[in-house]
Amino acid sequence: MKKAQPHSLLGIDQLNIAEIDSILKLARRMDPRRAPQLLRGKRVVLLFYEASTRTRTSFEFAAKALGATTTLITATSSSIEKGESLIDTGWTVTSLGADAIVMRHPNSGAPYLLSRFVPVPVINAGDGLHQHPSQALLDALTITNHKKRLKGLRVVIVGDVFHSRVARSNAVLLSKFGAEVIFCGPPDLVPDIAATIAPGVAACHDLDAAMHGADVVMSLRIQEERLAGKHISLDDYIAQFQVTPQRMKLARPDAIVMHPGPIVRGLELADEVADGPQSCMHEQVANGVKVRMAILATVSKGAR
Amino acid sequence: MKTDRNALLISGGRVIDPSSGVDREMDVLLRDGRVAELAAPGVLKAVAREAFNAKGCIVAPGFVDLHVHLREPGQPHKETIATGTAAAAAGGFTAVCAMPNTSPVNDSVEITRWMQAPERDAMVRLFPIAAATVGSLGEKLTNFAALKKAGAVAVSDDGKPILDDDLMRDALRAAAKLKIAVVQHAEDSRVTAGCSMNLGPMSFRLGLRGMSNAAESDIVRRDIALARETKAHIHVAHISTAEAMDAVRQARKAGIRATAEVTPHHFTLIDENIGEFDTHYKMNPPLRSAADRDALIGGIADGTIDAIATDHAPHAFHEKQVEFERAAMGIIGLETALPIAITVLHHYFKLPLTRIVELLSSGPTRVFGLEGLGTLAPGAHADVTVFDPAKKWTYDASQSRSKSRNTPYDGWTFTGKVVATIVAGKVVFEG
Repeated sequence: MKKAQPHSLLGIDQLNIAEIDSILKLARRMDPRRAPQLLRGKRVVLLFYEASTRTRTSFEFAAKALGATTTLITATSSSIEKGESLIDTGWTVTSLGADAIVMRHPNSGAPYLLSRFVPVPVINAGDGLHQHPSQALLDALTITNHKKRLKGLRVVIVGDVFHSRVARSNAVLLSKFGAEVIFCGPPDLVPDIAATIAPGVAACHDLDAAMHGADVVMSLRIQEERLAGKHISLDDYIAQFQVTPQRMKLARPDAIVMHPGPIVRGLELADEVADGPQSCMHEQVANGVKVRMAILATVSKGAR
Repeated sequence: MKTDRNALLISGGRVIDPSSGVDREMDVLLRDGRVAELAAPGVLKAVAREAFNAKGCIVAPGFVDLHVHLREPGQPHKETIATGTAAAAAGGFTAVCAMPNTSPVNDSVEITRWMQAPERDAMVRLFPIAAATVGSLGEKLTNFAALKKAGAVAVSDDGKPILDDDLMRDALRAAAKLKIAVVQHAEDSRVTAGCSMNLGPMSFRLGLRGMSNAAESDIVRRDIALARETKAHIHVAHISTAEAMDAVRQARKAGIRATAEVTPHHFTLIDENIGEFDTHYKMNPPLRSAADRDALIGGIADGTIDAIATDHAPHAFHEKQVEFERAAMGIIGLETALPIAITVLHHYFKLPLTRIVELLSSGPTRVFGLEGLGTLAPGAHADVTVFDPAKKWTYDASQSRSKSRNTPYDGWTFTGKVVATIVAGKVVFEG
């Protein structure tokens, strides 16, 4: 098998603790309004095969803040719609002069395929159910802004873990730093094998039990259509797994609440929690730009 | 004694013929397309004009592959009967059984005959397996009697399992009357839609939907129950799970006619080998867990497995080098089957060479009742495979005789290599 470009960011697995720390350190120093022009004259292509608000916009702002020009290619407004293969699209984009490709794709592993065939760094902006490394990095930045360190933290990730690349990336990252991760949700959405993803990860089907002593509560979006045909109704889900003010009382008093967005209001999170003082959701979005600036800077430095 | 133009003497080798229990140094004389005689070394020297020196090699009955996809008619960009059988010859196979999922599906006497026509330039013997249902659509049975008469050796809707109980019962009944096997690709496709690998920790980690072991073993159990009821012969294609292995083992003990084949990749590789979405490890059935792989080795060792079959499945680059979930399933395997069997089963798991030869010759011919093949008994077809069990070599996929290159074994070093493949007394491959 061909090897991937060495300076791509494809998944959290490939990063060691020092590399993650270095990205987070750089991200803390990044100011989108007064950034060093590290990417001046560079062309960053945003290749989005799937819809995105936060990730796409923050990658775009991040690249532009560093002086790069960006182009957005979406599946519906390009040759992709005419059946062009991913490898051919990659060659086309690099022949046009792309210096880096930021890709979101509905198929798990697509960025790994692309990075084996294009001569420029590929940054995974979310692939299928697999990974969303920039989200895990911005979540780590958000957590460390509130907690001294990740080691020993109890992090509850509640919701549709099976379909969540955010859950997978976060679990792998947090496990590397010695945090305790508890996946929580109904068995259909949190299968027992989920716990095998990394050391220190557990699967739990009782939110009240999971919330006890939690330092971080990470809620995931529930897509109603994904409950269809499962053993749990929407009402039961809300009753058993919604993060409510009552349940927050089970967590540590200084616990923070996170959500990668978009939120489905009234489903996975009670409004009082989403908009309450423990919620870090706006901070997460702001950190997204900083972390993605740090990622782009790191990747382009390596590729040079 | 006068020399014979139509004779070939294979001398100096160690003959392993599991069908007759022979395992010693002997010379083999082939004459007029048949095995003429086996004798102690040196005795037959003067008879044949032509001699093949097999010193240091194993001389075995020609290998028979129960499960290949030759892609003709319809998909010559992947493979043709000529290129596929050339790869078979290079892999030591003197006969292959071609699955019917061609385009159109081989559900007719015409296509069955077309595949066997001399114009196809097959380098080894070709036995079509005909579709069990028209178009492999799982609705109406094909005409088994006519297909058998035209040369089909079994029926199967390979790749499209027969799920309907009544239809499967009817297929087994019709096949039993003709004494042919129904070959089932055991997969409950109602629960595997959208799946591209084995269900387990690896599928969760990669974010890919996984096929459960039960999706295979439930169908195998159902088929065994129907085979018992109809007194028919069910052949489980490319068995891959511990549970299905157990089901076949129990069925055999109960006297039910259930046979099973295993592929080299399922007894060698596991789902973790997919690594970072390498589509050369994507096949159906998927690569399973280490525990399943070990259960298959157990089934090979204890005799439950009847045959090693390759499920040779050629695909073009553009069908394989795409997103994992969109990539075609399967790998080529004719040229690497024996080397893998020797490297993995003999050198690593310490199985005797006689068992490997059995799994590649007399085992498969018994499954489909192929007369005069898979044996070196005098009077049998003069199909012989000569191989060097100790030769170390590195597989270079770019040199494959197949039209396709979809193999995970490119660059692998093996112990054991085919030296010559002889079909009807003629050397069709020399390595």
